[in-house]
Amino acid sequence: MMNHIDLSSVLRQTLACDLYSNLVTRNTGSAVRQAIERVLSESEERALTVIDFSQVSMIDFSCADEIVAKLLMRYASDDPPCDAYFLFRGVTEDHRDAIDSVLERHGLALALERDDGVEVVGVLSDVERKAWNASYRLGRVNAYDVASEIDAEPDETRRTLEALCRRRLLMRVEDEYVTVGTTRG
Amino acid sequence: MTTVITVPPSLDDQSFEQVLEQVAPLPTDAKVLVDARHTRWASPFGLTALLALAQTRAERPALAVPDHDDTASYWARAAFFHHAESLYELHGSYPKRREATESNSLLDITPITKSEDVHNVVGRVQERASAIIKNELKLESKAIMGFAMTLSEVCQNIIEHAGQGGWVAVQSYRWTKRLGRRVVVIAVCDAGLGFRRSLETTPGHLPTSRWDDATALEEAVIRGVSRFRDRGRGQGLAGARNYVGRWNGKLSVRSGSARISIVPGWDDDVPLSEGLASFPGAQVQVIIPEAVSGGGPAER
Repeated sequence: MMNHIDLSSVLRQTLACDLYSNLVTRNTGSAVRQAIERVLSESEERALTVIDFSQVSMIDFSCADEIVAKLLMRYASDDPPCDAYFLFRGVTEDHRDAIDSVLERHGLALALERDDGVEVVGVLSDVERKAWNASYRLGRVNAYDVASEIDAEPDETRRTLEALCRRRLLMRVEDEYVTVGTTRG
Repeated sequence: MTTVITVPPSLDDQSFEQVLEQVAPLPTDAKVLVDARHTRWASPFGLTALLALAQTRAERPALAVPDHDDTASYWARAAFFHHAESLYELHGSYPKRREATESNSLLDITPITKSEDVHNVVGRVQERASAIIKNELKLESKAIMGFAMTLSEVCQNIIEHAGQGGWVAVQSYRWTKRLGRRVVVIAVCDAGLGFRRSLETTPGHLPTSRWDDATALEEAVIRGVSRFRDRGRGQGLAGARNYVGRWNGKLSVRSGSARISIVPGWDDDVPLSEGLASFPGAQVQVIIPEAVSGGGPAER
């Protein structure tokens, strides 16, 4: 199942006002995140949600912490409410300072859609980044495919891929793995 | 008996200390007359701090408005009298209506009491700030978004920590005396809890032997400590600090009896002042100067 969440629409509903397109203040961020979580609570067991920043002028640190960091932390926890994955769309350089800052602070990473594909940004170890990039290049993969591609041990690679699944950057499909954003709407 | 508090001819974050030195020894219910008759110039910090000062008084203070027409007119345009009318008993003549003329003000003095006020402030400032930062400060376009983020975060400091409303003003002007270049200045002043008292409400807070206003400011501004346990808190001022560092600006935060500053090469302020006259709340000033040349940060 796929959800598309236009943050500017959520913002307007949250503020009950059409005047603003800025994601600012912790209160606003908290309200927007709760709106996203309501959508996710109606989803099936597994859902990919596109978080769309295209119509957002700016986001400050507090709002980024509430929306981006807390959302990722909740669904990447040991006891997530559902099997949710996130793809961030429409994120420009203007948004990156705040988003990168909160990812750094909490040690998080996310999948970012660009014109020419998807990249993962934030805090990843070298091996995690290599494994994710290899998975993205190869499409649906198993641990042996990735281990061969990055010249690593299969068992170690499997552990890395499982860690990326827990971080919501890869989806497990039976014995194989698919990067978030490989199939997107 | 009424105590007369003399406002210096030029009122900014430094000279405001002279005002506080006169006010601090007085009980809050003492009658005071804030005498600004001979004041000729006031920075956004000076004006917002004067409003915050009135909020600290149990007895409604009086304020003698500037004698000089140009000064009174400027204070009126900045909305000072509009807000001061509800806080001070005003003496002297001043323009009752705000003239609709072009001013240096990016944002007239605006109260901040709730989250929506921050949306309003950021929305109002964004377009004009963009033009001024690019065309007058000659900074890269990257500086524009950071400015709005910084403004948002310093305003939120009031909502999150002050426990009562405060004031914000944003102006652009040529700072001839200090710099000889244009600057954009954000001033955010409140007379609320202040950093030390706010951090003391942290669950499990145990004050050290040198716990005071200066230590609290170091914790909040330099180390990004917040009264909330949430690890994501405390990023706002850290973000503002990074922003001023990147664009060769100055950040100063006064709270209680201390002031901490991120001091650029063009300024000779000290990083930490202690033992100042005690004043409640937090008073923040951000100064972003015009680039010397080429659009990048100057004098790094």
